[in-house]
Amino acid sequence: MTEGLMIFAKFDWHQIGEIISTPDNIPMVLLMILIPYFTWYALKQARENDRLIAQLEADPEMAKTHHRKRFPMEKKWEPTVLVWPHLLKIEFLAAICVMVFLIVWSVAFNAPLEEPANPNLTMNPSKAPWYFLGLQEMLVYFDPWIAGVVMPTVIIIGLMAIPYCDVNPLGNGYYTWNQRKYAITTFFFGFHVLWILMVLIGVFIRGPGWMWFWPGQTWDHHRMIYETNRNLNDILGLEGAVWAALVGIIAIGLYTVVTAFIIHKLYMKYKGDLYARMNLLQYGTMQVLLIMMISLPVKIFLRLALRVKYVMVTPWFNI
Amino acid sequence: MADSQDKTNSSEEPQEGIPDIKSQIDKTVDHLKNPKDGSLWKSVIRHKLDEKPRNRTLAVLTNVFLHLHPARVNRDAVRFAFTWGMGGITFFLFIVLTLTGIYLMFYYHPSKGQAFQDILFLTHDVPFGNILRNMHRWAAHAMVLTTWIHMFRVFMTGSYKKPREFNWCVGVLLLVLTSLLSFTGYLLTDDQLGFWAVTVGTNMARATPGLGHEGPFGPELGFTAYNDVRFALLGGSIVDANALLRAYIWHCIAIPVIASILMIVHFWRVRKDGGISGPAPMMLKSEAQL
Ligand code: HEM
Repeated sequence: MTEGLMIFAKFDWHQIGEIISTPDNIPMVLLMILIPYFTWYALKQARENDRLIAQLEADPEMAKTHHRKRFPMEKKWEPTVLVWPHLLKIEFLAAICVMVFLIVWSVAFNAPLEEPANPNLTMNPSKAPWYFLGLQEMLVYFDPWIAGVVMPTVIIIGLMAIPYCDVNPLGNGYYTWNQRKYAITTFFFGFHVLWILMVLIGVFIRGPGWMWFWPGQTWDHHRMIYETNRNLNDILGLEGAVWAALVGIIAIGLYTVVTAFIIHKLYMKYKGDLYARMNLLQYGTMQVLLIMMISLPVKIFLRLALRVKYVMVTPWFNI
Repeated sequence: MADSQDKTNSSEEPQEGIPDIKSQIDKTVDHLKNPKDGSLWKSVIRHKLDEKPRNRTLAVLTNVFLHLHPARVNRDAVRFAFTWGMGGITFFLFIVLTLTGIYLMFYYHPSKGQAFQDILFLTHDVPFGNILRNMHRWAAHAMVLTTWIHMFRVFMTGSYKKPREFNWCVGVLLLVLTSLLSFTGYLLTDDQLGFWAVTVGTNMARATPGLGHEGPFGPELGFTAYNDVRFALLGGSIVDANALLRAYIWHCIAIPVIASILMIVHFWRVRKDGGISGPAPMMLKSEAQL
């Protein structure tokens, strides 16, 4: 806490400037502009569509005749337009704009080149490229086999499972919030919180030794943090290898059952109609993916608040 | 006698059907003035260019690059508001990366020591080397970002729903390949930045369950630092000359080829799934038979 207040006393602008002007971090500046912008833009269009949907729901006569888009449409207009010139001119223009943008960027900033590779001189902090920093951040809380292998695999499988688990027929091909609240909230949790936010933490917050430095705090290479993280079974006073595994199995089992139960209750309460459309495989996949997703903030909380190192310890792997 | 008679005759009065030189020249000049009537032009562009719908349609359909598109699209689908142009921009960046990448390849040897020198040479001595290297670098970063935003758009418009489920999956593979393209490129400068980024990244492979020598059940299955997946990725137990060569081949050949094939499938499926998903007429809850 005092550390937090100290920041205001001596805000290190130089350090911030150094992080932002690192050439490979320029895409981060873009990301911080584009992701919020497009999130806003998507939600804005969703709101506008939702307003029209509400109108149509309320007025069945209108629903019959309306073309059901928020864009203007007149009877005498053709519903389709020629690709040449209507689409191609936009594509050519977009290509030119991207090209101009790239050239300006390339004239203004040089691609980085450090000293020649030297295995004997460790870079500190030693960071993966920014698009993998979400995973590297997870290394703080999970062992490499989870953060580096299981998580990417589950992310890929999980993304691919989305179309097959989302059985909601509404909102196919247009922006909407009201018709897809649950799907969109879940995606925001995964994309904005668990991916983009972790990337930003990895880029801007993590300094030497992968320690947490608030924006404006100087990256002190000699800083030491003594953390005593203990395994869950030790915190509970149950020692020995058998307890270490057993406590883990019980804790993870308990977490899984409770979370699954809560998700199920909520889903039945608010999404009973969708549940009726799903088969067990679809529902089970959704449950498993959600349980895994939620386990990330749970483990982060356990580490930060209760100083839990591992929940489960076995001779072969730890969780 | 009769023979010579014939010859003089033919030289004075041209035989029917064979034009004289003047009319030949006139005809040629005529062609040059109106190239669009000539066979050369017609062999390339096989339709008229008057601004008629028929010709505009043919312009798209008879061109191998443009026939990726249908002749007509939904009038609102061309709005930037719907797609944000992100798929197209991602593809355009891929093309820019391919072209600048080929240029860089002319000056680059994927061998330890030489590689770093080549980058220095590129940045300082090769004509346009520095700006093309910069463009390659920044377009790569931008492509990762635009791919994410494209995925975000596709999610927000619900465009992965029936019948586009499979194309979403192709997209996910493209997302992975885009990151891998960028990542394998990182090592090629053979500098501290790339070396440590790749060291950190590939160290994870050590921990692969059942396949890495530090992963769960890895040692039990007989994996050591000299035979596990990390060894296979790097061609050694450390990031060194073999790793550089492997990264180079993945980066310049293998992944671009795989990604290109998947992009072909991706675009093909966009068309076969009925074109771009929207903006579709909005469905009401009362009609959804929920
Ligand atoms: C190298 C990366 C990619 C390229 C070059 C690419 C290119 C494109 C293009 C040009 C379109 C046409 C519409 C548009 O521009 O938005 C498109 C549509 C689509 N893309 Fe991608 N894409 C890529 C990655 C992805 C990813 C990561 C996903 C999802 C995970 C995805 C899923 C889709 C789907 C479902 C459509 C159909 C959308 C609709 O009909 O509205 N693509 N893609």
